Amino acid sequence: MSKRVVITGLGVLSPIGNDIPTFWNNLINGRSGVAPVTQFDASEFPTRMAGEVKDFDPQDYMERKEARRMDRFVQFAVAASKDALSHAGIDITQEDADRIGVYIGSGIGGLKTWETEHKKLLEKGPRRVSPFFIPMMIANMAAGQVSISTGAKGPNSAAISACATGTHSIGDAAKIIERGDADVMIAGGSEATITPIAFAGFSANQAMSRRNDEPEKASRPFDRERDGFVMGEGAGILVLESLDHALARDAEIIAEVAGYGMSGDAHHLTAPAPEGEGAARSMKRALKDAGLELEEVGYINAHGTSTDFNDKFETMAIKSVFGEHAYQLAVSSTKSMTGHLLGAGGGVEAIATALALKEGIIPPTINYEHPDPDCDLDYVPNEARRVQVSAALSNSLGFGGHNATIAFKAFGGEE
Amino acid sequence: MADTLDRVQRIIVDRLGVDASEVTKEASIKDDLGADSLDVMDMILELEDEFSMEISDEEAEKINTVGDIVAYIDSRS
Repeated sequence: MSKRVVITGLGVLSPIGNDIPTFWNNLINGRSGVAPVTQFDASEFPTRMAGEVKDFDPQDYMERKEARRMDRFVQFAVAASKDALSHAGIDITQEDADRIGVYIGSGIGGLKTWETEHKKLLEKGPRRVSPFFIPMMIANMAAGQVSISTGAKGPNSAAISACATGTHSIGDAAKIIERGDADVMIAGGSEATITPIAFAGFSANQAMSRRNDEPEKASRPFDRERDGFVMGEGAGILVLESLDHALARDAEIIAEVAGYGMSGDAHHLTAPAPEGEGAARSMKRALKDAGLELEEVGYINAHGTSTDFNDKFETMAIKSVFGEHAYQLAVSSTKSMTGHLLGAGGGVEAIATALALKEGIIPPTINYEHPDPDCDLDYVPNEARRVQVSAALSNSLGFGGHNATIAFKAFGGEE
Repeated sequence: MADTLDRVQRIIVDRLGVDASEVTKEASIKDDLGADSLDVMDMILELEDEFSMEISDEEAEKINTVGDIVAYIDSRS
């Protein structure tokens, strides 16, 4: 019989906080983490704001020498993983190391390292490129370095599916536990792409908001005046554990990972499939996997990027899956506060969803001012809502037509 | 000569995160100071910049101790 999977630890680095209490407090108080870019001179760019991680010193988590060998996205993953393990009260020993695995992806990987080393190649020639270039840049290295720095020797891999990366990583990791291949998985996503080449690329896609005069209001999912996403950075890491293992060590259980669904659009590089049918199939599979009735779902943490297309098509997808119940559900996009953390988004949003179930509070969609006839659901506008729901979904939809959904249940006991 | 040692020490302390007192002429870069092969290559690049010289891979392979680095640099300048 397959194992039940629960969440027992959380670790976050985000534009609205570098620890769980700060992150959650800002989330339910509707505070934005978006501000003018400080990591590079963005004055020539059409978009000049981002959700940056503030006051992060890697040496709070690791030796200087280790930090030097890591791109920022890897530092984020290692730091958040250490916090998540400590939150879960897990100390990896020789005896259990093989039963504890890591599944952490990044949508893009070490873009900053890539930029720095490519500049050396062009200006100084091939001999000047760092021997650390490849091992710092490759997108799987968050999973590699987390294993190195925590001693986790179980299953180890990384999903790379653009903005669906974090959700795929958590879903795939849960399945590893479900089939009995590990007792504990450290899972999530990490991203650090506030760099000139990323801004240039996403601007060329016309995907980013240009509301530079009001950075905190720029990420406005489902609002009629939305004009693109705001890039964020950070890491969201969860400790997943088989229910048996968690109960045996008397761990505090935050929520249950009840189901996982994914699908491909087979449609376009960047645009969602018509009517959001790919996202709809992903949600249906997660519901089926979890054995959930439509009416049991009380909250959806939407992908909700604040782009014209995403928010419209995701709304259609929710309506096509839930029918009339779509209007009874609470749907919110926490990206309104964090910005879009790309491959880390699914990780951070899984944390938000799990905490919503545990605390009985649904975080809002902030900056919701102008209703859009194409987006006519209950988006929990501007104010958090105190309501205990029993099940929730978190959606992530990525360039390439990758759709992933995790179904969570509030943990109510062993039944 | 002392100047070369100082500059090499500074780079090693920075790159390897070791204490300056450990970076003696006799210290082995790998065995005593904990460098791996990637660290050594990275340090060579830094030394090349610092001393405006090129250190061939063959020469780099012969380096064992801090003193070897200092002697090599002084023999070239």
